[in-house]
Amino acid sequence: MTDRYDAIVVGAGHNGLVCSALLAKSGKQVLVLEANEQVGGAAITREFADGYSVSACAHLLYQLQPEVRKELNLSPTLSTDNMATIALAEDANHIRLSDGSVEGVSDEDAASYRAFRKRMTRFSDLLRKYLNKAPPRLGTRDFKDLATLGQLGFDIRRLGKEEMQEFLRLIGMNIHDELDERFESPLLKGAISLDSVLGTHLGPRSPNTIMTYLYRLAGDHGRVAAPQGGMGSVSEALAHAARIAGVTIRTNMRVKRIVIENGRATGVETDSGERLSSYTVISNADPKSTVMGLVGAKHVETGFTRRIHHLRSKGNAAKLHLALDGLPTFEGLSKKDFAERIVIAPDEHYVERAFNPAKYGEYSPQPVVEMTFPSFRDDSLAPTGKHVMSAVVQYAPYALKGGWNDDEKDAFEQAVINTIAKYAPDIEQRIMAGELLTPADIEREFHITGGHWHHGELTLDQFLFVRPVSGAAQYRMPVDGVYLCGAGTHPGGGVSGAAGRNAAKAILRREKAA
Amino acid sequence: MKSQPVHQGRLQTPFYSRLEKLDTVNEWHEWKGYSSADSLYCEDTEYFAIRNATAVFDLTPMTKYRISGPDALDYLNRLVTRDMAKVRPGRVAYAVWCDDQGQVIDDGTIFHLREGEYRLCSQERHFAWLQAAAIGFDVTVTHETEDVAALAVQGPTSFSVLNKMGLKGLEELKPFGLTHFDFQGTELMVSRTGFTADLGYELWIDPDKAEALWDALFEAGELFGIRAIGTHALELARIEAGFLAAYMEFLPADETVRTGRSRSPLELGLEWLVDFKKPNFNGRRALAEEKRNGSTWRLVKLDIEGNKPAHHSYIFENAKASKGHIGFITSAAWSPVCKQNIALGTVKTPHGKPGDTIWVEIYYQREMHWNRTMAKATVVDKPFWFPPRRGATPPGPY
Repeated sequence: MTDRYDAIVVGAGHNGLVCSALLAKSGKQVLVLEANEQVGGAAITREFADGYSVSACAHLLYQLQPEVRKELNLSPTLSTDNMATIALAEDANHIRLSDGSVEGVSDEDAASYRAFRKRMTRFSDLLRKYLNKAPPRLGTRDFKDLATLGQLGFDIRRLGKEEMQEFLRLIGMNIHDELDERFESPLLKGAISLDSVLGTHLGPRSPNTIMTYLYRLAGDHGRVAAPQGGMGSVSEALAHAARIAGVTIRTNMRVKRIVIENGRATGVETDSGERLSSYTVISNADPKSTVMGLVGAKHVETGFTRRIHHLRSKGNAAKLHLALDGLPTFEGLSKKDFAERIVIAPDEHYVERAFNPAKYGEYSPQPVVEMTFPSFRDDSLAPTGKHVMSAVVQYAPYALKGGWNDDEKDAFEQAVINTIAKYAPDIEQRIMAGELLTPADIEREFHITGGHWHHGELTLDQFLFVRPVSGAAQYRMPVDGVYLCGAGTHPGGGVSGAAGRNAAKAILRREKAA
Repeated sequence: MKSQPVHQGRLQTPFYSRLEKLDTVNEWHEWKGYSSADSLYCEDTEYFAIRNATAVFDLTPMTKYRISGPDALDYLNRLVTRDMAKVRPGRVAYAVWCDDQGQVIDDGTIFHLREGEYRLCSQERHFAWLQAAAIGFDVTVTHETEDVAALAVQGPTSFSVLNKMGLKGLEELKPFGLTHFDFQGTELMVSRTGFTADLGYELWIDPDKAEALWDALFEAGELFGIRAIGTHALELARIEAGFLAAYMEFLPADETVRTGRSRSPLELGLEWLVDFKKPNFNGRRALAEEKRNGSTWRLVKLDIEGNKPAHHSYIFENAKASKGHIGFITSAAWSPVCKQNIALGTVKTPHGKPGDTIWVEIYYQREMHWNRTMAKATVVDKPFWFPPRRGATPPGPY
């Protein structure tokens, strides 16, 4: 073999692209191999019905990190920026949350919400600082690790005595108790609950849901945007930046395994049997499929295998895409509201009740829904006058009792449509085509074990120093030359690029030290 | 999985009916759920059966796992530190296994029964760890302690006893070899292994045939001084052999709570078992680092002056004990066969190199009053007892 790349990245998800581009900018010769036809991983735009396209998995941009934008010279075109969240009420007295305030509730609630958001923003700013750093290793004498750890302690202390206590009290808590203490409006409590549990296997009464809420805010103060052309355009822009930096991207190349020789990576082997050579292999795949599939248990140790095996990574969020022959009618919404993010979570108990069946392997008969109508401001996605709806729906457990089949999928899809129809009775007549992606479908299409969009539950026991597990929390796997750069690593999922960027920095730093 | 009734109280091994008849002192202890005899009539007589005749020890409570499947070899090679590819069918390997930090979980023997089929034996139970180690491997791990009755038949006349019992061709079996015989229509496995560093064998059979085997063995051994023994006699032979015991020379790493209380194979004198040529095994990274940076502890075999066993003693650099202790004794005994005051201990490096002189603080009681003496000890590197007859093939007709 003559060609040896400086690095091979397995998977052209957004993190893989960010990582490859940054490595290439440091002068590395980088090859990216993507199993699917399109780059982007779960951040793609895809036609699901003739003439109708939609962001196939991730559909809203929360947190593409400014560092990533700057370093890769990206400025994604947004069809809608700073979207408001409209929480639907059955009596059409909807509420609207935007820029840290809420309309449609009592004055007390409105004031409480402003105070709540102010405090949460303060805490999430603290988190945000650490999104873009490799988490420090514990129990080492490495100066950088100690400095980061010290800084973290100092930053928490610097909140002030009371706020520090509050931070430490809240970080492991459930959102329900906090909301119940602060607010009257069920709708407001429902909307915040939804933000705390979206994409997770957690209900508002589950511990840790304040942290997931903070994580959502940490990206960009909770600012939400829809990219023009769907999420695929962000990935395309990243791929473009990577190619400009000199990265070679090959699609339809599924990596079968990472070749390990004498305890170190020497390259990869694709499904077609092609061997490609590099001493640095970076996996954008989730930690489970990387270790158990690409690397193989025999190349890592038992304790490590066990931790990876026990990672909680079963997804619980489905995607529903509808092709509509016109916008549905929501009582109490004006036309321009279709540019916003519309949620169905009428109260916090509704959200918890929706979660209950998921604990026992059943889907929610009355699910929680986050809807967007991306075609409203973006005519590239649907024919003129027609529209698409892209919705995240919870809860649809990956391990459905008896497994997902067409009947179960149809029944769940109908449950979602019935739920939406309570607010927009004409939605069913508008549907021309639909597509439901359960976590099982997401696993199959995007090669994510468990179909979890964070590649692993985002909870305190799988966060920061221990994300995905101890022994691999600094992007480096316990096999020489193998790295992780996907959402399964710190800080987690969402189209942020943070994991990919942190991984690239860790690899370059490691190389410098060697 | 078939449900089984839960045993109440201590289990009895398939040899219990025979042991019970020979027992005169009624001293038993619990070994992994089973009743196991400390001694049956007289510890000293039992001990001398090991060294001068044939001793029979009921090994059934020893933990046994069957490991089979297409990935069995890969599995074991990742599990233990030595290279299992070199252990052919019909051979037995002493092995040690570690956690990811390179700390010893246990040691034991691995029997390569037939191509791709193994039995792992150890003092302690490790099913959870062996199951965790099986994640990602096409391998089956079965706990078979109860399904196999086992006897250790040890001592200079052990070959003669088994030969008389009719095991034809046993003389060709080399140390760490295993072979199969027919015993009354049942397969009897015989391995040339043991815990005594003497000529000796271990017999493995279906529990239904246990009593018949015992009877045949004792009938054949009558003129060769065969005796059943308990664990106290075996323990003395074990120390003479310089073998390690869990909870004595090391704590299983998964049982330790405090840092620094576990031991690595390098710290237990088992570097010869660690094959760094293997690209991966549990603990490899940590052990490679330990080898580069040096170990904290060293296992020592000590020849101590005087005749007072150094039970639980602290070890010092000099006779005045002026600098604080450098370690402690883990097993100690007066060895009747070596006529030596012997001990195993653990000391901080760089102390304890073979040939070094160190000092042991021995407390002993005389008519209620306690006395203290500082005894000079020499670090030796060979086992205290290692007679040529142990390895002789064919074995001598004692």
